[in-house]
Amino acid sequence: MTATPAPSADGVSSGGPSDAIAIELRGITKLFPGVRANDGVDLVVRRGEVHCLLGENGAGKSTLMNVLAGIYRPDEGAILVGGREAAIACPRDAIELGIGMVHQHSSLIPSFTVLENLMLGRGAGVRLGVKQARQGLAELATVLGVEVDPGTPAGQLSLGQQQQVEIIRALWHGSRVLILDEPTSLLTPKGIADLERVLVRLKQQGLAVVFITHKLQEAFAIGDRISVLRRGRLAGTVDGPTMKALSPDELQRLVVGIMFPGEAQSLARVAGLGEPSEPGAAGRQAAGGEPLLELCEVTVAGAHNEVGIREALSLTLHAGEVLGVAGVDGNGQRPLAEAIAGQRPLASGDVRLAGTSLRRLSIAARQRLGLRYVTDDRLGEGVVESLSVAVNLVSKCIGRPPFWVRGRTRLAVIDAHAAALVDEYGIKAPGVRALAGTLSGGNVQKVVVARELSFAPRLVVFNKPTYGLDLMTTASVRARIRDLVDEGTAGALLISTDLEELLALSDRVAVLSRGRLMGVVPNRPGAEQEIGALMIGGGRDA
Amino acid sequence: MPDAAAGTAPAGAARLPSLWARGAHALWRPAAPVVYGLVAGGVLLLILGKDPLAFYWTTLESGLLSWTGLMQTIIRLAPLLLMSAGFIVAFQAGLWNIGGDGQFLLAAAVVGGLGAPLMGLVPFWLALILLCVVGSAVGAAWTVVPSVLKAYSGMNEIITTLMMAYIGINLANLLIKGPFLTGRVGLPQTSVIPFRFLLPYLPGTRIHVGIVIALVALALVHYMQTRTGYGLRLRILGLNPRAAAHAGIPVKRDIVTAFALSGGLIGLAAAVEILGVWGYVRADWNPAFGMTLFAIVFLAGLDVVVVIPLVAFFAVIQIGGHEAARQAGLPNDFLLVLVGLILFFMVLTEWTRERSRRGRFRGRPGAMSGEAAAGDG
Repeated sequence: MTATPAPSADGVSSGGPSDAIAIELRGITKLFPGVRANDGVDLVVRRGEVHCLLGENGAGKSTLMNVLAGIYRPDEGAILVGGREAAIACPRDAIELGIGMVHQHSSLIPSFTVLENLMLGRGAGVRLGVKQARQGLAELATVLGVEVDPGTPAGQLSLGQQQQVEIIRALWHGSRVLILDEPTSLLTPKGIADLERVLVRLKQQGLAVVFITHKLQEAFAIGDRISVLRRGRLAGTVDGPTMKALSPDELQRLVVGIMFPGEAQSLARVAGLGEPSEPGAAGRQAAGGEPLLELCEVTVAGAHNEVGIREALSLTLHAGEVLGVAGVDGNGQRPLAEAIAGQRPLASGDVRLAGTSLRRLSIAARQRLGLRYVTDDRLGEGVVESLSVAVNLVSKCIGRPPFWVRGRTRLAVIDAHAAALVDEYGIKAPGVRALAGTLSGGNVQKVVVARELSFAPRLVVFNKPTYGLDLMTTASVRARIRDLVDEGTAGALLISTDLEELLALSDRVAVLSRGRLMGVVPNRPGAEQEIGALMIGGGRDA
Repeated sequence: MPDAAAGTAPAGAARLPSLWARGAHALWRPAAPVVYGLVAGGVLLLILGKDPLAFYWTTLESGLLSWTGLMQTIIRLAPLLLMSAGFIVAFQAGLWNIGGDGQFLLAAAVVGGLGAPLMGLVPFWLALILLCVVGSAVGAAWTVVPSVLKAYSGMNEIITTLMMAYIGINLANLLIKGPFLTGRVGLPQTSVIPFRFLLPYLPGTRIHVGIVIALVALALVHYMQTRTGYGLRLRILGLNPRAAAHAGIPVKRDIVTAFALSGGLIGLAAAVEILGVWGYVRADWNPAFGMTLFAIVFLAGLDVVVVIPLVAFFAVIQIGGHEAARQAGLPNDFLLVLVGLILFFMVLTEWTRERSRRGRFRGRPGAMSGEAAAGDG
């Protein structure tokens, strides 16, 4: 099932030069501080074909396409355009090579009309060829089969129309390869249907389209070829004939298998997670444990363009238990985690920790009750990059003894505490006074985990705790989670998009989809299939 | 668990450099733009047909090197430093209190208006203390509307403090021309506090104690920022508001209190200036310290150790430059041009430094475009 880039005689695209390779990426590697966003990715994009790039958030899809569009420069690897190696140093280079990118969020200037937006950045002439531009726009609109009024300010268009204008603009700049980054994420069902029609037209024109998505159903519906990225690597490609030959269910199973392969579990074991209780963790499930965290009919509003918890959600977590929360990223995980931590209000329902209602309590008050939150945005909110490791390790107990006495900072105590944690958690830092921002991503996460797990936590919410971490750090963080609950007094809510992680650590797994709880599956042999079915089931009727 | 040899490095290895070393290093940074600004100002003086060396020498002589000039400069430093302390508190918490002049003038008007009547009611030393408290309270009160709007509905404090400054400045005039007006003819003004009831002098000088109050206030602000939990909370709030919320810091409360502290120090600056120098407030009086100090404090990196010499330099230009401009037959406005030039070069050097610093982070998206641009140019 792995990459089969053999020239296939698939009849999906309408004749023409369907086999012609438009773009070839060879061994693209892109490093960010502490994260290997792309790791030796090979990808072939053909003319007259919609190539779906499928993967979890953070799998490296957008990074890879930003490399192609000249926004990032790769650390390794080559880009071939039309068979010749191309040096793409900036977005303008990419545009000149005929590579256009439509980003997730509109880059049109809202107060400018459609025509003015199109004419921006085109040519260096002083005179604006309005008449010509109007004609060009009309032609492109006809080709795509869309209706656009050139005089309407872009801000008054629907999101779907704005996207159409962006596609027209890319074609206007002479793009022969069009990259669409999560184009459906903000669209209504009608907008999606319109977009699909436009894509068919584009294929007929012989354009190559790269369609980035994390939604399985969309990839099946729109793609002529699917490449799956996982943890920055190309996990596999499904070509047109294979897609057509398989039944929808078989195809799903194949692609889910590529996205969440079974070998990760054995990897984790190799890396030192050799708990004897491994698969039978479920056996201890809630063995006499008190209800520790109770979510009662909880709903949470999503932020702008974010899926909240839409349907009253009830869950109970017992002491000594890891309750996993599975689901494709962006299905309500962060709203749920933040509502428990107190960072956003509950829309309705209640959260109780050991019987105490948290609804009216501040973040700090919840922390004092033993609630901890390991955020998934470790650099954005987990640490303050320009403060020291030592200060970051106590940033959730400012003003409290023994680190502060009558408001006075006791630096020696803070440093000693930090030195002990640095030692215990194997945080690699030049010293406890080193700024947190100078640490690698993995060590920043160790700082966050060390802070949350100190001072007798009772319930820890882990949100994607090993996302972007290397194998060793992943293993050590996972071991910490298991150690935490194995004493039997504390509990952990483990939100993860990594099914293997959930199966390796959880006693039960709740499945979230589109802001709804789809079900709770005990971790037993065969749970993987049950969870997968619940995840896909949610996607299908959406 | 991996061997943690790297983690056990003694904390002392990363100890902060001494206050003096830090001060010297930090002083070096603003020195260059000051020199550029003086050179550019010199060129301007040459064009105007004046002798720049004579101008600068007079500035230095009558602002720093003569006994009266030095005293005047130190007297002027008192409100400037207190106001700077107020700005530091707000900026460090990431709160842009642009409305310092409004808080200053309103506090000044109230202190001036209540001063003489209060002196008649209680002993003058008690009145002085009460008036300092009143000035601080008025300055703090004038931040409440912007801070509450900021804390509870996220409204941009730059706009609200600026608007409140306009209201404050005009309200101050209204008070002076209305309830606080004394019966005399001429320019409207408040009643005058008798000279002997003003803030006492430092022994052997004619410098009032305001400078001591200012230095103590700055020291306390510095201590608060570096050695207290509250100061750390404000720093986290300024560095990363999301991290502050995540850590359970009472963000809303801290925004309001930091703003009040800032306005309070600025109000104290006004009280000290009125009770130390003037004894009354005239209508339409506005020294407009805020806008210049705002820039100086910001460019000094909010560091008390750097702020003091920079503000002192500004005071020398204000006091000595006044005399120099008079002798050269230039309007006082030339001093603003000079200060403006220095600030301009400060921004310029800061920008180039930032640019070269960012260039070192290769592989970041921002640096990438920067490199490309540098390659083009």
